[in-house]
Amino acid sequence: MRTFVLLLLTACLVGSTYGVQPSAAAPPTALVMALTSATGQRAALVQMRDLVDPTLKPVLQALKEGALYLWQGETLLILTDAGTLVDLTDRPLLDSAGQPFLPTDNLEQVDLAQENMPLVQRALESLDLFGADLAKRRSIALRWGNLPDLTLLPLLEKAEGREAETNVKAVIAETIQKLRLLDPNPQVRQQAITFFGATQAESALSRLRDLRDTERDTHVQASIAEAIQRIETYLQMRNAVAYVFNGLSLASILLIMSLGLAITFGLMGIINMAHGEMLMLGSYTAYVVQEFFATRLAGYQDSYFLVALPLSILVVGVVGIILERGLLRLLYGRPLESLLVTWGLGLMLQQGARLYFGDQTSVNPPTWLRGGWEMMPGLILPYSRLLIIGLSLGCLLVIYWLLYRSNTGLKLRAVMQNRDMAACMGIASQKVDTLTFALGAALAGLAGCALSLIGTVDPEVGKTYIVDSFMVVVLGGVGKLLGTVLASFGVGMSNKLLEPAIGGTAAAVYAKVGILVLVILFLQLKPTGLFPAKERLATGAVR
Amino acid sequence: MRVGSRGQSNAMRRGWWSLVALTSAVGLAGTLSLGAPVAQAQEAVKVGILHSLSGTMAISEAPIKEVVLMALEEINAAGGVLGRKVEAVIEDPASNWDLFAEKAKKLLQEDKVATVFGCWTSVSRKSVLPVFERLNGLLFYPVQYEGEECSKNVVYTGATINQQATPAVDYLMGSEGGNKKRFYLIGTDYVYPRTTNKILRLYLQQKGVKASDIQEEYTPFHHQDYQTIVGKIKSFCAGGDAAVINTINGDSNVPFFKELANQGVTAESCPSISFSFAEVELQTLDVKPLAGHMASWNYYMSLKTPQNLQWIKAYKAWCAKQNIPDKQCVTDDPMMHAYLHVKLWAKAVEKAGSTDVDKVLKALEGLELDSPVGKYKVDEKNHHTWKPVYIGKIREDGQFDVVWKTKEWVAPEPWSDLTYPGRACDWSGDGKGSFDTVDGKRVWLSDKK
Repeated sequence: MRTFVLLLLTACLVGSTYGVQPSAAAPPTALVMALTSATGQRAALVQMRDLVDPTLKPVLQALKEGALYLWQGETLLILTDAGTLVDLTDRPLLDSAGQPFLPTDNLEQVDLAQENMPLVQRALESLDLFGADLAKRRSIALRWGNLPDLTLLPLLEKAEGREAETNVKAVIAETIQKLRLLDPNPQVRQQAITFFGATQAESALSRLRDLRDTERDTHVQASIAEAIQRIETYLQMRNAVAYVFNGLSLASILLIMSLGLAITFGLMGIINMAHGEMLMLGSYTAYVVQEFFATRLAGYQDSYFLVALPLSILVVGVVGIILERGLLRLLYGRPLESLLVTWGLGLMLQQGARLYFGDQTSVNPPTWLRGGWEMMPGLILPYSRLLIIGLSLGCLLVIYWLLYRSNTGLKLRAVMQNRDMAACMGIASQKVDTLTFALGAALAGLAGCALSLIGTVDPEVGKTYIVDSFMVVVLGGVGKLLGTVLASFGVGMSNKLLEPAIGGTAAAVYAKVGILVLVILFLQLKPTGLFPAKERLATGAVR
Repeated sequence: MRVGSRGQSNAMRRGWWSLVALTSAVGLAGTLSLGAPVAQAQEAVKVGILHSLSGTMAISEAPIKEVVLMALEEINAAGGVLGRKVEAVIEDPASNWDLFAEKAKKLLQEDKVATVFGCWTSVSRKSVLPVFERLNGLLFYPVQYEGEECSKNVVYTGATINQQATPAVDYLMGSEGGNKKRFYLIGTDYVYPRTTNKILRLYLQQKGVKASDIQEEYTPFHHQDYQTIVGKIKSFCAGGDAAVINTINGDSNVPFFKELANQGVTAESCPSISFSFAEVELQTLDVKPLAGHMASWNYYMSLKTPQNLQWIKAYKAWCAKQNIPDKQCVTDDPMMHAYLHVKLWAKAVEKAGSTDVDKVLKALEGLELDSPVGKYKVDEKNHHTWKPVYIGKIREDGQFDVVWKTKEWVAPEPWSDLTYPGRACDWSGDGKGSFDTVDGKRVWLSDKK
C-alpha cells in the first residue's frame, strides 16, 4: 500500500513537472523525510546513492553543509547563501504578507550523523558519476578505486556500460579491476592482476603489494610477483627520464637568465647588480598585461601571454637604454662604483615595485600553457617548462646570429675588443654600448616574463636569481657565450641529478650546497672559467 | 668688517638678534600650547598591529591587518573601550624576524600600546617573545602553531597541534579519508614544520604506521624549484595509500602547487592536506587543477551560519571601501581568529575596567564570544582557545567544501602528550604557566630555571 502511495506521489510529481514550473522538480517526499530520523537516515542515504536521482542534489548538499532544517516537524527547508529559507523545489518561504520569512521557533536543524557523512559523499558522487561533466566522472571513478567498498561495484559496472568517452571508460574499467582484486574468487583476482601487469599501471602497485602478503593461492602469488616486477622496471626507467628533463628545464632557466648578464658583464665588463631587477620588471610587465586583459579584454584573456612576451622585451630594453645613457655611462672603467650604484638602483626598483604593486600579485599561465604533455603514462612534461626550454634555445640562436653573423654584431664585437680603434674606423662606439646594454636588459625582461609562469611574481624575484646568474657567467668564462651555455647546462643537470642522489629531508638545500662547493673547487683549478676570455674587456680599455 | 662700539662685529650682532628671535618664538609657541584648551577629555587607547605587509609572508599576513582594522572600527563605532577611542599603530616588519623584535620593542616602549595583535610564523613569535616578557606586554597571536610554548604575555587564538594536525591525520587514516597508510611530510625549514612533523611522526607510529612509510622533506623560505620534490611525491604516491601533509609557509606554496598541477598530480592519485594554506593563498592560483586537495582549519569562508554570512558581508563592504579587488576579498581561519581576538580584548578590557595587562589577562580566562563558527571560548587556564576542527576540500570556485568535522569542540593542548607526557599549562590563580606533574605534585618549569 505504502509503495503504491509512493508511486502515485512520484507520478503526480513527475506529471506536474511538465507544467509551467519556475522552480526545481520535487524529490520523492517519503525518502527525503526519512533523512530526518536518526535510525532511518542511513538506509535512506544508501537508497539515494543507488537511485541516482538528480532532484535529490539540493537536499543532499544542504544536509552535508548543515543547511537543512525541519520546520514544524513536517516541512523540510534549506538555508540559502543569502540567509533566506527555501523549500525543496527552491521556492522561498513567505509569510502572510508575501515577504521572506525566517521562523525563530519550531525550526530544527537536521543533524547529519558523523558515521553517515561518507554515505552523503557517495550519494552526491554517484550523481556526478552519471552526470554530464566528463572531468567529474573521471575523478569520481578514480576516487572510488581507492575506497575498498565492494558495494559500489554494481554502480560502476552500470556506469561503464553507458560511458561513451574512451579515456573515462578506461579509468572506470581500471577501478572495477582494482575492486575485483578484493573478490573472493581466485580466478577473478588472477585476471585483474594480469590486467595490471599488462597495462603497467602504477596506481595498482600498493594494492598488489598488500595482496602479495595476504594471498594464499600459489598461481595468483606468482602472477602478482610478475606484475609487480613489470611495473617497477617501468617506473625506474620513467624516473630516469624525469630527472633528465628536470635538469634540462633548470638549465634552460639558468641560460635564459644568464644570457643577458653574459652580454653586459661578459662582453662589456659592467657589473650590473640590478640585473635581477630587470628580470623582475619583465615579470611585472607580464602581470600588468594580464590584469589589463582581465579587466578590459576579458574575451581574449588567453592571448595575454602573446602580448606580454614582446612587450616585456621592449619595456625592459627601453629601461636598459635609459639606465645606460643616464647612469652607467658615467661609470665605465670604475667597476667598484658601478657595483655599488647598480646595487642601490636594484634596491630602489624593488621598493618601488613593492609600493606600487604590493606583495600579493600572481600570474596565472594562459589555459593553453597549463598542464603538460604526457610523454609516458605518469610522466607529464609541463607545457610552461617546455616553452621555456624552447625560448632559451631560440634566444641563444638569435643572439648567436646577431653577434657572429650580422653587421651589428661585428660592430659590437669590435667595440668590445678595442674601443678606440673601432671609433677610428668610424663606428659610433657610444651608440653600440647603449645597444649592447639594452640587449642584455631586454633578455632579462624576457626571462622574467617566462619565469612568471612557473614561479611567483614579487619584488624579490630578482634576488632569487641574481646569484645563480653571476655564478653561471663566471663559471663559463667571462666573455664567451659558449661558456655560459655549457655552464648553465652543467650546473642545471648536476643540480637536478644530485637532488635525488643525495636524498634525505633537506635534499634541495644540500644539492645547492653541493653545486656551490663544486663550482668553488672548479674555479680554484680554472679561475677564469671554462673558456677564458682572450679579448680585452671594456673595463680594461682606456677611454 | 665694521667693528661696532662694543667690539662686536656686524655678523655677531646679526647672530645675537636671530638667537633672540628664535628663543622668543619657541617660548611663544610653548605658552600657546599650554594655554590651549585640551581638545579631548580622554586620550585614545593605542594598540599595535605587527604583521608583515611585505616580503615572503605578506601574501598571508597582509589581509589580517585589514580585519583587525575593521574590528577596531566596529569597536569605535560602538563607543570604543572604557569610553575611549581605539587607535591602531601599524608596523611592517617585512618578513624579517629580527625586525619583528625591533618593531615590538618600539610599539611597547615608544608608542606605549595597550596590546599588540601580530605575528604569523613561529620564528617571528619566538623573536618577539623575550621583548613581551621583559616589558610585560600583551600579544594576541592568531595563527595555528606547533605548541611547546605557553607564555604569560601571549594569548594564542590559533590552533594547537591537537586542534589541527592530529585530527587531520585521524581523517586521512579513517575510511572517509581513504585509509591512508603512508605519509609524505613536506614543509618549510623552520621551527613550526619541524616540531609539527616530530609530533606527527610519533602520532603516526603510535597508530601503527611504519617508519619507512613516513618521508620528511624541508625547503627554505621562498624556495622556487619543486620539480624534484614533486617527482618524489609522485613516486611515493604511486606506491598507493599515500597522502601529503603540507606545512610550507608563505609564497613558496605558489610554485609548489603550480608544479603539482603541471605534473598532473591530482587529488585522487595523491591527496595533500595543508596546514598553512587557506582561501587567501588559494585565490592567487589557478584553482581547477587543485580541486580535491585539502586543508585542516577551524573555519572556512564557505561555512553557512548566519553569523558567518553576516561577517563576510561586512568584510566585503570593508574591501569596497579600501579598494581591495573583489577577487582578493576572501576570509580565512587566521583572519577570523584575528577579528575575534580584537573583540575578545575589547570585551576583556571592559570586564577588567582597565587596559592593564595583568588585569586584562585575568578577565580573559573563560571569556566567551559569539563567532562565525559558534560560541568561542578562551580556556580558563592556558591562554588558548577551544575550537571545532573541519577538514575542507578545495572546490573549483576557490572555496573549501567541508567534508569532515570533529564531533565536539576540541580543548587546546599546548604541550603534546607524545613529546612531553604529563606537561600542561596553568596561569589561573597562582599558576606560573607550564608545569610537569611529578608524584602528583606540580613542578613549575619557571621554578626549575
